[in-house]
Amino acid sequence: MTATTAAPVAAPAVRAGRPPSARLRAWATRAPLMPALVFMIVVTQLPFVATVVISFFDWNALYPKARRFTGLDNYHQVLTDADLRHSVWTTVLLTVAVVLASLVLGLGLALLLDRRFRGRGVVRTLLIAPFLVVPVAAALLWKHILYNPEYGLFNGLLHYVGGPQPDWISRTPLLAVEASLVWQWTPFMMLILLAGLQSRDHEQLEAARVDGASDWQVFRYLTLPHLRRYLELGALLGSIYIVQNFDAVFTLTSGGLGTANLPYTVYQSFYQAHENGLASAAGVLVVIGSIVIATLALRVVSSLFREEVSRA
Amino acid sequence: MSTAAAAGDAGRPKSRTGDGGPERAGRGAGPGGAGRRAGGRRRGGTGLALAAWVAGIVFFLPLAWMALTSFHSEQDAATNPPSFGASLTLDGYREFFGTGGGASPWPALTNSAVASVTSTLLVLLLALPAAYALSIRRVRKWTDVLFFFLSTKMLPAVAGLLPVYLFAKNAGLLDNIWLLVVLYTSMNLPIAVWMMQSFLAEVPVAVVEAARVDGARLPTILARVVAPIALPGIAATALICFIFSWNELLFARVLTGVVAETAPVFLTGFITSQGLFLAKVAAASLVVSLPVLAAGFAAQDKLVQGLSLGAVK
Repeated sequence: MTATTAAPVAAPAVRAGRPPSARLRAWATRAPLMPALVFMIVVTQLPFVATVVISFFDWNALYPKARRFTGLDNYHQVLTDADLRHSVWTTVLLTVAVVLASLVLGLGLALLLDRRFRGRGVVRTLLIAPFLVVPVAAALLWKHILYNPEYGLFNGLLHYVGGPQPDWISRTPLLAVEASLVWQWTPFMMLILLAGLQSRDHEQLEAARVDGASDWQVFRYLTLPHLRRYLELGALLGSIYIVQNFDAVFTLTSGGLGTANLPYTVYQSFYQAHENGLASAAGVLVVIGSIVIATLALRVVSSLFREEVSRA
Repeated sequence: MSTAAAAGDAGRPKSRTGDGGPERAGRGAGPGGAGRRAGGRRRGGTGLALAAWVAGIVFFLPLAWMALTSFHSEQDAATNPPSFGASLTLDGYREFFGTGGGASPWPALTNSAVASVTSTLLVLLLALPAAYALSIRRVRKWTDVLFFFLSTKMLPAVAGLLPVYLFAKNAGLLDNIWLLVVLYTSMNLPIAVWMMQSFLAEVPVAVVEAARVDGARLPTILARVVAPIALPGIAATALICFIFSWNELLFARVLTGVVAETAPVFLTGFITSQGLFLAKVAAASLVVSLPVLAAGFAAQDKLVQGLSLGAVK
């Protein structure tokens, strides 16, 4: 995907036959852009090309002399490896569950906050706070201070009502990771959806009310269609960040108990198993997977963007 | 009320803030009669406000509990049922800052500060001229360039991890904070270019043209004309970049060791710790999160804009 978007940039922007002074001027206009562009290509595109190349080699870092070209063997191995296939499934499950749950919760909270009431600013600040905790710190908070079976807050509160004292992480490991991520990402969804709600056409809303539309009808036929693109944007941006999640899985379960997602598996296969070729093949597959999401995301962002450009 | 929320209110049409008027009259047109409906609505309003408050408190509770725990002694922190009213102490913080004999977090905090601040400055230095070319001069294919920047943000970082690691190892750059500075710059540059181009679109082209006619060169135009007008936007961009660099764990974990360790990597030392250490973990998590909490609260609305890459205003 990056290659296709890069292509038009790299294409000669100045047509042959123009006088050299025009060409010079075009380059002068473009010059301020070049440092950033070159920097991005060098730092983000070159490593990826290297990853693709390495993925065709059988290369264990502990036996560098045994490095050899193996073609698509790594891909075959990655795609047939049960652990890896499981981590693909885990990644999908984790991403879909967290994005959907935080979208629904975020929508509810945004609707609550889109009304005037006493202390609205305070409530908004309280709700944003989880998103502003450093991800590792948030994961530690959930692991030790909330989930701990002996003295965590959850079991402490359950103790008051005489409830059971479950070991949350070992009993429902994936759900435990998901809950901590939903806590962090709901504020993000809420902020985006709240921005969407506040950009509604208020004259139209009032006209609908004057015509006798009920709250539900206004929500269903005016608010929801208007929010559609904001919901899509939240879902896609959330997916991009959560597909890449490493911190929560690493901290809460260290990839154990079937919670290893793709980024964690890639990290592990080169950090602990030193399998450079395999790690690269898995990395390439992660990229191919995220291209699907990214293409959709780019489409949504560009539709919002076009509207903004045409408005300006 | 925070300034951000107040600004949100200010943007609303006046008719919404006045109570009564056509809105209420319209709603009251149902069979229940105007008076009863309006009364029911007010009660419903109180209920919804209460629901919002409850939701806010529920989401904040884990943080509040963490803050309280950080001021408890280790014995009081590890009780079941929890000791809400236990006496407060700074022992957790003393323990975290290493006066109790453990490793001091100061080198890690300093590294994080260096990496975040330097990479943020670098990002601004690269993004401002780029946004100028894209937004004010409108170079050919400017939308393609913008979307190229955006697409690099969607490339999972983990895919480039191995080559970067191998390069760093061969170049002797492992455990070097400047490697992280470069990587964090590339991580945040797309966001910054997107945000800045939308802020610079508000700079009047005529002002820039006038400066150019007067013979001002690019650095002068950027520093004297563009930057002062776009200052709020530049500040917002800087905040977002700072938060993301400060939070980053994966690259820091793989590419640094004892010398260049950052604050999130320092925190991972608590993952498998045993024994009485809850107050210390709570204190550590709070101290490390403090800069982000402060920056985020200071610019709540800018946060959305940065995270959505400028697509949501």
